[in-house]
Amino acid sequence: MAHPPSGNVHTLSLSQAQGGAGVAIHDLGVAFGSNRVLHDLDLAIASGQFVSIVGRSGCGKSTLLRAITGLENPVRGTIETDRGRTRVVFQEPRLLPWSDVRANVEVGAEGSVAERREQADHALALVGLSDKAAEWPARLSGGQKQRVALARALVSRPRLLLLDEPLGALDALTRIEMQRLIERVWLRQGFTALLVTHDVAEAVALGDRVVVMEGGRITRDVAVVAERPRRHGDAALATVEGEILARLLEG
Amino acid sequence: MATLATDLKIRPADPRAVAARAEAVRIEGSRLARSRWTPFVLPTLLLVAWQVASLTGALPATILPAPTAVIGVGWELLRDGTLLTNLSVSATRAIVGLLAGGSIALALGFATALSPGLRRLLDPTLQAVRTIPHLALIPLVILWFGIDEGAKVLLVGWGVFFPIYLNAYHGVTSIDRGLVEMGRVYGMGRWTLFRRVILPGALPSILVGLRFALGIMWLTLIVAETIAANSGIGYMANQAREFSQTDVIVLAILVYAALGKLADTITRLAERRFLRWNPAYGAR
Repeated sequence: MAHPPSGNVHTLSLSQAQGGAGVAIHDLGVAFGSNRVLHDLDLAIASGQFVSIVGRSGCGKSTLLRAITGLENPVRGTIETDRGRTRVVFQEPRLLPWSDVRANVEVGAEGSVAERREQADHALALVGLSDKAAEWPARLSGGQKQRVALARALVSRPRLLLLDEPLGALDALTRIEMQRLIERVWLRQGFTALLVTHDVAEAVALGDRVVVMEGGRITRDVAVVAERPRRHGDAALATVEGEILARLLEG
Repeated sequence: MATLATDLKIRPADPRAVAARAEAVRIEGSRLARSRWTPFVLPTLLLVAWQVASLTGALPATILPAPTAVIGVGWELLRDGTLLTNLSVSATRAIVGLLAGGSIALALGFATALSPGLRRLLDPTLQAVRTIPHLALIPLVILWFGIDEGAKVLLVGWGVFFPIYLNAYHGVTSIDRGLVEMGRVYGMGRWTLFRRVILPGALPSILVGLRFALGIMWLTLIVAETIAANSGIGYMANQAREFSQTDVIVLAILVYAALGKLADTITRLAERRFLRWNPAYGAR
């Protein structure tokens, strides 16, 4: 790594993650009481891959994500990944309202006070919010809050990043900007990414693979072959999107 | 009849005239609303009326002394040290009682909110004890402690306990669970989670509890010092009663009011400092 000593130091410190963590899920079952939410689920994700999961509300896609983080306890099956380096961007930003933006990002950082601060500032620069470091979260727009949440996840150098419908509450233009930002940092840092969404276009725009879930099971697993960074309105993406939508609508 | 009818005929109001009148009222209103002296108008009028009534003899000094007499006796007691001695005695009782009762209340509030086991163990009993009006304990407390400092501290501590306990408990249980979950996913340990998520999340509610507690604190102290004490502002007032020194009594009342106001102001400043992230408290 022959980086110049100045200027690019932050890319260096943020990209030190030891590559993406693979995920191996075998025969997973999750239940809330007698209500079985996930059935016999098998999913393997290669290190550094970007996988999107789509499905209707209640298909179990968020539960799968929560099971991977350890927030839900499976009733059967196994999940193998590097949980210690797994981070989540939730649907709501979940920022601490009583901490300023920089302190919120520092939640994800490690090391001495000065190191944490430096990492937080670099992550904020990465998501384009350097000028908001001293602001209270209440003063930010929805899109800005979600970018802070993304910075908080990135600063901890995740090997696996789970995105639980993180863009669901944003307006259309902000969504597209955020999708590009997520793709950019993923390309740069090389973590494994698992995105849960109900927006098929978003799933296709970001994923190397799109996994379709219905009724707690995986019913399709589609590879998306298109160059990176993805271009909005790419014909290949539109074809895959049409296929998956047709499948979901008939189901 | 015809002229009368025309005179009485209701003419449609000229909209411009109506607007002008409304404007005039608004300007009038805003001058009253804008001036910084407006809040002092009524108190000043009352004070002047009171002083005049005293001077003319309409209000005998045995009922209520003149404001100037109260100021006079205040100056006298300040000079001979009586006022400051009693003031510091009262303030010490208040603070010690508040710290003792308040810290136990905070600890138990957090404990019952965070641990279901402790909640089952402690909360029903505490809720039952809460139904006892703490001032009803005075005879018993006097039997136990006589007129010792312990009596006052126990009563104040008991009085401030419940508002702080209830609000700490409520504050912790009303924290957004999503934030706690986020803290866990991001690897916060128990202590970090408490310091960064739970304590600041519960603080607005705790400060509400503190403001209630401060009111109860002074009230309890007044009663306790009036009934069982040989020092303090309440004792000073009660002594004055025996000699019909209404000026001293009014002075004591005013001192209590000032202390209450002071405590309230300190809490308000604390709210502004600690809750400045909250738009409701006017961030920055």
